[in-house]
Amino acid sequence: MDISRFEKISDTEWRIAPFGAMRAPGVIYATESLLVEMDDKVFEQVTNVAMLPGIVRASYAMPDAHWGYGFPIGGVAAFDPKAGGVVSAGGVGFDVSCGVRTHLTGLSRDQIISVQEELADALYAHVPVGVGSEGDIGLDTAEMTAMLTGGAKWALERGWGRPEDLGRIEEQGCVDGADPAAVSDHARQRQRREMGTLGSGNHYLEVQEIAEIFDEAIAASYGLARGECVVTIHCGSRGLGHQIGTEFLREMVISSEQFGIVLPDRELACAPINSELGQRYLGAMRAAINCALANREIIGHLTRQVFARSFRHGELPLMFDVSHNTCKLETHDIDGEARELFVHRKGATRAFGPSHASLPEALRPSGQPVLIGGSMGAGSYVMAGIAKSEQKAFSSACHGAGRRMSRHAATRMWSGRQILDALRAQGIIVKSPSMRGVAEEAPGAYKDVRVVVDSAEASGLAKKVAYLRPLICIKG
Amino acid sequence: MGIRGFGPTPAKAFEQAALAMTAVIADLSLVRLEKEIEIELEAPKLDLLLIDWINALVFEMADKRMVFGAFNVDIENGRLKGRAFGETISRERHAPAVEVKGATFTELAVVEDRPALWRAQCVIDV
Repeated sequence: MDISRFEKISDTEWRIAPFGAMRAPGVIYATESLLVEMDDKVFEQVTNVAMLPGIVRASYAMPDAHWGYGFPIGGVAAFDPKAGGVVSAGGVGFDVSCGVRTHLTGLSRDQIISVQEELADALYAHVPVGVGSEGDIGLDTAEMTAMLTGGAKWALERGWGRPEDLGRIEEQGCVDGADPAAVSDHARQRQRREMGTLGSGNHYLEVQEIAEIFDEAIAASYGLARGECVVTIHCGSRGLGHQIGTEFLREMVISSEQFGIVLPDRELACAPINSELGQRYLGAMRAAINCALANREIIGHLTRQVFARSFRHGELPLMFDVSHNTCKLETHDIDGEARELFVHRKGATRAFGPSHASLPEALRPSGQPVLIGGSMGAGSYVMAGIAKSEQKAFSSACHGAGRRMSRHAATRMWSGRQILDALRAQGIIVKSPSMRGVAEEAPGAYKDVRVVVDSAEASGLAKKVAYLRPLICIKG
Repeated sequence: MGIRGFGPTPAKAFEQAALAMTAVIADLSLVRLEKEIEIELEAPKLDLLLIDWINALVFEMADKRMVFGAFNVDIENGRLKGRAFGETISRERHAPAVEVKGATFTELAVVEDRPALWRAQCVIDV
């Protein structure tokens, strides 16, 4: 990336002044070294997003930003329906409501290590993972509709989950405004046997050791203690979300002309929020969010079953569950005025600061947990939302390390066996149905998550709380 | 992940693009051609037809838990008649690397680079 095209606001904030058809500036939060490493396409995509109608304040990119479809991955943009604002299927992505949840185990590293191999085998056997895997839960039409409306609440009512989980999930486990009627038969069909499945690619289930604490008080309020272990699950709305993304992207591309929206890139396809298409997409997308919340709740339940058998201790309280591919209606302070905006976060995590009304009582003093997934080797981070992130990027932070190498390039660099052996030598057991999949997800194919997280903290997007080192990784 | 197929006609380029897409998932030499799926599509432009073709295959693979290893495509007046040949996916035998979520409009093109050499390409989300 040529940094001469930016105005440097600080060491971690870079502004692109509006030019051409841009309606707002672009802002990238990153250290200079991360910015230089970013693909030029990120610049192009950030500026393209700034051209969309109704954009408020700026088009943002997080420190882990990389080339996406239309919006960059790591892109954040808010639109005002009263100002002709739009909703974009490309601004949410194909894996609607992909996200991360972390369960506390209360178990020490030594307790996990004593059964590490058996636990890895049991998790791999019990949680459906990989391409073509199926869950045991079949959904008829009525149950599918109930799931799309009820989200994690639906899962809980069917016996998958614990009542106290709901307070620890965004929107209390169920987003309002889902419209199951807007979900096509094909999308439903793709989901029939996919409830409670992890998927493939960068999705995973990990048992992680809390290896480092950066903020003792916040960590304690989250239930994180150094030396103890957590389980983190990363997955989304599976085939249903993929199909919704596919169908609405096509429909929005074809319909853009009728709305008089000139797109610099077809993939930015969007519709006015107040149009029939915009409302229909929002209804379907919210149904997909509920699908993702239900899916992660079920996988949490399956994980508890394995821990109950291995340790006679399957409570695994949910620390938090947060999505990073969404468009949500939120109230934000714009120049002293509270405005209702549709905030797109594509590969970006919501990061509400302390006292936010949507947080459960126990988390309000500390701010929302922000879960940052790293690679199999580098580990993950827990951050906390902070007040000033509201003004920085509508209370948003990064979501992961971000790829630095294509999947194809990774397979030319490493073999799956080589990666498994190297990680095992570091004390990390990886279980996966595909050696090629492991090679494509090699730790070296990702940016250094520590640099990304440090950059997010220095940018004022979120605060570092804990570092999680993987001990077991179940990979799709 | 980008996929690209070349052929003397758009239909042949579509077949090759489909092979490229399925090669992202599994080693094609391991796929037995035991079952056949028929797909019929219509679109106003060739590039939209490519997106629809790839997405129809993605849907069939997900819905029928299949992996494909060969394709036959005919295109006439914006209408595509395709056949996909493959088998039920096996985690053990195919060791599928990644599932394809859908075809995107990024780098989407169906063009005749020179007489009788068509290129059909797009980026797929995995």
